Amino acid sequence: MCKECGCGLSGAGVTIGGPAVEPDHGHSHDHGGHHGADHGHDHSIGGRVISLERSLLEKNDRLAERNRGFFRAKRLLALNVVSSPGSGKTTLIKETAGMLAGRLRAGVIVGDLATDNDAAQLRAAGVPVVQITTGTLCHLDAEMVSKAAAQLDLDRLEVLIIENVGNLVCPADFDLGEDLRVVLLSVTEGEDKPLKYPPLFHSASVAVVTKGDLAVAAGFQREQALANLHRISHHARIFELSAKTGDGMARWVEFLVEQHRQVSAR
Amino acid sequence: MHEVSIMEEAVRMAIEAARAAGAQRVTGLRLRVGSLSGAVAEAMRFAWDAVRRDTMAEGAWLEIETVPAACWCATCQSEFACEDFPDECPRCHTPSDDVRRGRDLHIAEVEVN
Repeated sequence: MCKECGCGLSGAGVTIGGPAVEPDHGHSHDHGGHHGADHGHDHSIGGRVISLERSLLEKNDRLAERNRGFFRAKRLLALNVVSSPGSGKTTLIKETAGMLAGRLRAGVIVGDLATDNDAAQLRAAGVPVVQITTGTLCHLDAEMVSKAAAQLDLDRLEVLIIENVGNLVCPADFDLGEDLRVVLLSVTEGEDKPLKYPPLFHSASVAVVTKGDLAVAAGFQREQALANLHRISHHARIFELSAKTGDGMARWVEFLVEQHRQVSAR
Repeated sequence: MHEVSIMEEAVRMAIEAARAAGAQRVTGLRLRVGSLSGAVAEAMRFAWDAVRRDTMAEGAWLEIETVPAACWCATCQSEFACEDFPDECPRCHTPSDDVRRGRDLHIAEVEVN
């Protein structure tokens, strides 16, 4: 178990595009195995050095690609929904599934450290759902998603929504095999969240500003928030909505329908 | 945060390489970690003590080589050092998120015996 944040044990692996190792990678380091005196460890006598040059994230990346191919074959649109805790992931997913009903069937995989409250909420709304209780782990990985997906009847679904553990740091590195990574920013969180957590916001393909109905009460600086989002997630599609009042939901849902059309046409 | 998972994977890969080479022990490990990789070297060192225990890598040294990030400026057609994801070129102030270096999270070398 991780003594830093409770994260640990798990399949390991990560993503965000495997970094290419160029022959001339411009940083100062002696690759010859010769080290300075301030080195802090003794190399063992008679030891052999094996050059590996492999990504530490390759296992998760491989499993994520397997998931992606599997979802693609099933003509599923897969979303990985990430945000800090309490940004409105569950409510947005519940309302989205409800509005898609009749056009696209959505199933949900929910990750949480403990409890199945979110799953119960979704199940009560009639959405097929599988809960992953991660225990101490602070993010979902591709292997967990693969196992959870096996518990859903994917042939009866068109959209798979994965609700990641509420955390703006760790999930950034773990590809789950999704088509779209959707990051949420609620109006109650502060406009500078994208600046504080750039890796996750940068990796998102869609950014959704949630809880729009609370914007005035929270003193939400809309222009500033959008400027920050554009700066960090400038390639991401941005939606502003309130899942509670339904404001902005239609545009978001139409976007998903169009995305699904593209996925199923592949 | 997720450094324990990453270090467990590093140990697993090192042991796999040692076994493939017919070695008895992993005696050292060199990792390459980019400044934009999302992993923190200090947390990786912290996790290292726990994850190598009772494995073939017990007692092994760990070296983490950090790789500073560089972005590409399309206007100047050159690289510049960047410390964050979207950074601007110090010469022409054009923003760029074309990260050319610094996302590495690699196991570079394993020393075995």
